[in-house]
Amino acid sequence: MSKHYSALALARHALDPDLPWPRAWEKPTPKSSYDVVIVGGGGHGLATAYYLAKNHGITNVAVIERNYIGSGNVGRNTTLIRSNYMMGGNTAFFEHSLKLWEGLSHDLNFNCMVSQRGQIVLAVSPVQMDVFARRGNIMRLNGIDAELLDPGEVRKLLPYLDWSKDARWPIHGAIMQPRAGTVRHDAVAWGYARAASALGVHIIENCEVTGFVIDDGKVSGVETSQGRINAGKVGIAVAGHTSHVAKMAGLRLPIESHILQAFVTEPIKPIVDHVVSWGAELFYLSQSDKGGLVFGAHIDGFNTYTQRGQFNRIQTVAECAVSLMPFISRLRLLRHWGGIQDMTPDGSPFICRTEVKNLYLNGGWCYQGFKATPASGWTFSHTIANDQEHELVRDFGLDRFEKGRELDEFGLGNWTYKQ
Amino acid sequence: MMIPCPYCGDRDVSEFRYGGDATKQRPQHGTGDLKTWHDYYFLFDNPKGPHTEYWQHVLGCRRWFKLARNTATNEIGGVVS
Amino acid sequence: MSFRRLAQGGRIDRRRAVSARFDGKPLTGFSGDTLASALLAGNRLLVGRSFKYHRPRGILSAGIEEPNALFTLGDGATTEPNVAATMVDLVDGLIARSQNAWPSPDFDMMAVNSLLAPMFQSGFYYKTFMGPRKGSWMFYEPFIRKAAGLGKATDRSDPDRYDMRHAFCDVLVIGSGPAGLAAALTSGRSGARVVLAEQDSEFGGSLLSASDAEHEAWRISCVEELKSLANVEAFTRTTVQGLYDGNLAVLVENRSHLRPDARKGQARMVLTQLRARTIVMATGAIERPLVFSNNDRPGVMLASALRSYANRFAVAPERRAVILCNNDTGYDAALDLAAAGVAVTVADHRPAVSAEILARAGTKGIAVFPGSGIVDVEGTKGVKAVKLGGAHAVTVECDAVGMAGGWSPVVHLSSHGGIKPRYEESIAGFVPGGFPSTHFGAGAMMGSFGLSAAIAEGANAGASAASAAGFGRTRPVYAPEHVTDRSYAILPSWTPPQEAKGKAFVDFQSDVTLKDVKNAHQEGYLSVEHLKRYTTLGMGTDQGKTSNINALALMAGYRGITIPEAGTTTFRPPYAPLAMGAIAGRTRGAHFRPLRLSPLHDWHARNGATFIEAGLWKRAWFYSWAGDRPETAYVKEMELVRKGVGLADVSTLGKIDIQGPDAAEFLNRVYVNGFAKLPVGKVRYGVMLNDDGIVLDDGTTARISETKFYMTTTTAQAGEVMSWLEYLLQCHWTDLEVEVASLTDEWAGMAVSGPKAREALALAFPDADLSNEALPYMGCRDIAFDGVTVRLLRMSFSGELAYEVHVAADYAISLWEHILKAAASTGIKPYGLEALASLRIEKGHVAGLELDHRNTLDDLGLGKMAGKEKDYVGRALRFREDCQSPERWSLVGLELMEPDKKLRGGAILFAASDEIKGHGRGYITSVTWSTELNKFIALGLYTGGLNHVGEEIIAAFPLKNEQAKLKIVSPHFIDHEGARLHA
Repeated sequence: MSKHYSALALARHALDPDLPWPRAWEKPTPKSSYDVVIVGGGGHGLATAYYLAKNHGITNVAVIERNYIGSGNVGRNTTLIRSNYMMGGNTAFFEHSLKLWEGLSHDLNFNCMVSQRGQIVLAVSPVQMDVFARRGNIMRLNGIDAELLDPGEVRKLLPYLDWSKDARWPIHGAIMQPRAGTVRHDAVAWGYARAASALGVHIIENCEVTGFVIDDGKVSGVETSQGRINAGKVGIAVAGHTSHVAKMAGLRLPIESHILQAFVTEPIKPIVDHVVSWGAELFYLSQSDKGGLVFGAHIDGFNTYTQRGQFNRIQTVAECAVSLMPFISRLRLLRHWGGIQDMTPDGSPFICRTEVKNLYLNGGWCYQGFKATPASGWTFSHTIANDQEHELVRDFGLDRFEKGRELDEFGLGNWTYKQ
Repeated sequence: MMIPCPYCGDRDVSEFRYGGDATKQRPQHGTGDLKTWHDYYFLFDNPKGPHTEYWQHVLGCRRWFKLARNTATNEIGGVVS
Repeated sequence: MSFRRLAQGGRIDRRRAVSARFDGKPLTGFSGDTLASALLAGNRLLVGRSFKYHRPRGILSAGIEEPNALFTLGDGATTEPNVAATMVDLVDGLIARSQNAWPSPDFDMMAVNSLLAPMFQSGFYYKTFMGPRKGSWMFYEPFIRKAAGLGKATDRSDPDRYDMRHAFCDVLVIGSGPAGLAAALTSGRSGARVVLAEQDSEFGGSLLSASDAEHEAWRISCVEELKSLANVEAFTRTTVQGLYDGNLAVLVENRSHLRPDARKGQARMVLTQLRARTIVMATGAIERPLVFSNNDRPGVMLASALRSYANRFAVAPERRAVILCNNDTGYDAALDLAAAGVAVTVADHRPAVSAEILARAGTKGIAVFPGSGIVDVEGTKGVKAVKLGGAHAVTVECDAVGMAGGWSPVVHLSSHGGIKPRYEESIAGFVPGGFPSTHFGAGAMMGSFGLSAAIAEGANAGASAASAAGFGRTRPVYAPEHVTDRSYAILPSWTPPQEAKGKAFVDFQSDVTLKDVKNAHQEGYLSVEHLKRYTTLGMGTDQGKTSNINALALMAGYRGITIPEAGTTTFRPPYAPLAMGAIAGRTRGAHFRPLRLSPLHDWHARNGATFIEAGLWKRAWFYSWAGDRPETAYVKEMELVRKGVGLADVSTLGKIDIQGPDAAEFLNRVYVNGFAKLPVGKVRYGVMLNDDGIVLDDGTTARISETKFYMTTTTAQAGEVMSWLEYLLQCHWTDLEVEVASLTDEWAGMAVSGPKAREALALAFPDADLSNEALPYMGCRDIAFDGVTVRLLRMSFSGELAYEVHVAADYAISLWEHILKAAASTGIKPYGLEALASLRIEKGHVAGLELDHRNTLDDLGLGKMAGKEKDYVGRALRFREDCQSPERWSLVGLELMEPDKKLRGGAILFAASDEIKGHGRGYITSVTWSTELNKFIALGLYTGGLNHVGEEIIAAFPLKNEQAKLKIVSPHFIDHEGARLHA
């Protein structure tokens, strides 16, 4: 059995086909009590457990997942990673995340296929170039890579865009972050699970949390479909269903649940070598290593827990795709699906303590949950371990709306369904 | 999804604009302190199940109305008066 | 390993020869052939290479489930990769190429991958390619990407046309097999509006592959009656790709076989959004392969496919076929092949076979080996023989193998609405887990595989659907006489009788083997979704139509649990790969987000304007009279306004008519400043907040009469403000008697600005009294000119003496031309958006870049406007702690101190003593050359704002490695006293 993954181990298994691989993560029976229980076995929950064990030496941890691990948004997103954030409370957090991504495969000994192929955001007006410039300047001033591209440079990189006179929006230039890119999303859940499990974390699948044990404003455990599990501390990381779970602890939050759809075409040979985002409206795509073009766009725009989207949004995505890159018209959509995401009024997340002692919240990720995964786990584990928010997430508090401290990265105003 | 506009009849969701939870009580104009307005504006029940919400037939008669819809199924319960 | 065209039979039209090209060589066949059947008829077994191992592959199926025979159609801009040959009509001029092989499928260099196969087990890439350094993946990735990805797409624009239509019906019937025909006809006879959608090129479904003359007669009579009914629309080559909320069915008709010409307006595909009152699903079932060593060799096919090719296309194995089955339906193929003159051997996994079947097989000379299965297949580029194991361990030479592993009902559409399918033990397959009240199912998709059962269910479902749609009486369709439903009698068998060394494939397209499923189980990827994602099973263009159930059953077996316990996979739309072009329809290029044009647009276009994108609008940016480069032209246009008079198109502003006895009270609530006492004939600048106290928009409102107001909004926020006003009035302030109506498109607006503005207007409207007394600053008046109402609003965005002239859009061009002509002596000329936006910077007016949904009233230096005694929207939350912080970034004016440098929007501001890093103290929002000050000036937001007037600061623009010194000044660069405005 090769516990460590490597080319050598693969070769050994190739020569001896009967040599079994060990389980990627153990399937333990839940204990009656843990130091920390994380509710939600998605990317954020698993990363939190991993960093609790690795960074804080807290290994008596259980991750409780209602379904199979990675069954939520870590397995449904469009796999983008980037750190092009300009608001003070965001920049350092997302750059920390990108740095963790860069070392993640090594750290976890699990190839998450972190592909830093670069993201190009296309500007469709001179005004938009100014807006992008502000973002790029902030990035540079914080040691983050950013390039301003003129239309000629964009055309060299993306010759297949609609450069014709009929183009609805001519390309006025772009901003590029070369270190941005994509990651094999499922691998993130599995890699964190495997590494956390190796450090002693219990990953408990098919176990639904049905309530919290709270006395005198302090949490001491969770009720689950497999019985009560006591816990010194409890972290919630169930983005998409945060309101629903937090309600069991008596919390009412600035969150609505919305559906975000994603799309993939049939696999084709490499043609789109970057992540390309459009300034005309929220639309972006990349080509997966398997060859499919993966598209993302705006939420459907009304709160729902159904994981199926409306056809008009699908049309919009196809219209964007063929308008921006006319060759896509002949490619075929293979699958489209939806994920439920927490939408907050200002489009920014929460990583913080709550009014219930020892109960911590991680949620409200809007569009940025996936790219935040490593830093979210890193800072949430810190917040839980120290009962104090990590400095990188000091602006991700629940009180920011009451204080007038919104973190509105894209300047859309306080509307959950527009953010 | 088909939204039953009380004035125009069933129309595709793409003709409408969503307006959020309609059960929240907007403080009377000129009343309400900061906390009241904060809770009204920023907090959501966000239920998984029956939901009463505002929609505007923005590409039609432009009327706002309240609609009952189940957020777990997208089943439309009908216009609420 | 040979196939041949049978001398007679089939549904092909032998009088009509068809000639296409495949891999550069002629490919002939007959009308009625598919690309797949023509290839088989030409004895072309090896048609492609597999995704990962590049193993030789042949045609597996005769339908939409095809995983192997994927080709690139067309060439140049019409290139279309990954098309299943089984779904392509053979037509003259068709061009097809094999893909994912080099130089050819027969001799593929990439087959070297097969040698490394032991390394390439499922999930191998998660375990390697990590070294030697962080980021090493970037070295490996290009190789992996190049190896993956099936066909090659064109990067040219698609020349074809796609149409979209909306339709409504009472009953949608999906599928035209026996159940579908019965359903469509039964519901059609009730008078209901019926749509029948069939993905195949002919109606009939499984009947098209049968050999019974009586059944064919029944099919024909049904189709003819359907065609005779005016209330029935029936479509072939039309796939129902998805069902969405509200009974929206998305139908896509493929007309590629007609070789449509876009220049003649012909569409290649037509997508219909069909709203159906009720839906009958008669989607049939797909046969499953069986898993055994080398089950992917060309010539190993689905038994039902062998039967289809023989009966429908008159193509059959040269000499002998082996049918491998675990149920009775395998014998349908065996008997029909035998009838076509093919020697047949049946290996049946079941230890006992019914006497009746044995007797029928016996009469056709078919050898049956019960209790046997295939252990291995001989032949690499085509099957030569099979090695049987179990009760009869013999080797049988053959040209083809037909796998009859049981049938999987097509439950995709019934699952799109969120109802999970249910495992039905008796058929070893999943059936719909339930239906909403308007959905019905019939036939094989419900697990009813017999003909008479399917017809009866179809008739029943058709009647129920019609009735649910409000159509009471109908006359059901009955099955033809003498139908005995065939038996199914499946004994599920998911693994071969004994294992052999070769790869046993579960998913052909994704190259997932039995061993891969075993490995996934061993490594703990137990959930079906983990299995799929870890091994890529079911992720190909076929979306696992032939593999999902086998894989699920295998995993359940390894886990020692039942199939329903192991769960189901999720079926997601589209049902089959769907051209992105078809979804977009004609909404592409210039038709995407239709351009908004000012009513004056044509004049601008005729008179030298260069246009620029501004949101959805295209606006006149600058005019050729001022030069041909924007950097210099706008400066000339600014000078025109500062020194003479200019005319600008401001029609894009939002314009809202507000009327009612409570209109003044309403405005008084939505604006922070007072409007209750605005006199008739006066205009006022106003700012509105959102409930959160953040600025929503600014604009002006004129009081036309006691009860009538005329509001303008910014261009960007016009729609937002309109909806907001409607929301407040209709949802909350229902006691206010006010109506609002958008006039944005109905009215045009033009700004006449500059010291000579009055002179110009006086020349244009000689009868109007335009004196300072008659029309003072912020006055407004409607005048009649040439029988048309013209609204004059004396207000200024530029800071000069200025008027806005508003008129109904139809008169815009004639009025515009009239002003230019009448006032020609003043030197009046048009000025564009760049100059408009620059003049306002000099005046210190905020606009879109400052009104970015993040700023408070105080941030914009407008705090004093807010009424202290009155209430307005956003008041409570405006006073939140941080919104009142003196350290907030607020509006400042900025002057460039270094004349040789350039200022740019988006530069970050720092105090002179700051280290240039981090987030700075603010940023530049808008920049212009100031013709008044002869230097670059800007507006920006800076922490502490105007408390720092006079300070020298630094603007950093690291993207271009630039830094410049600036001075903080008042944002009102010109005319502090407002003398020009009041002139």
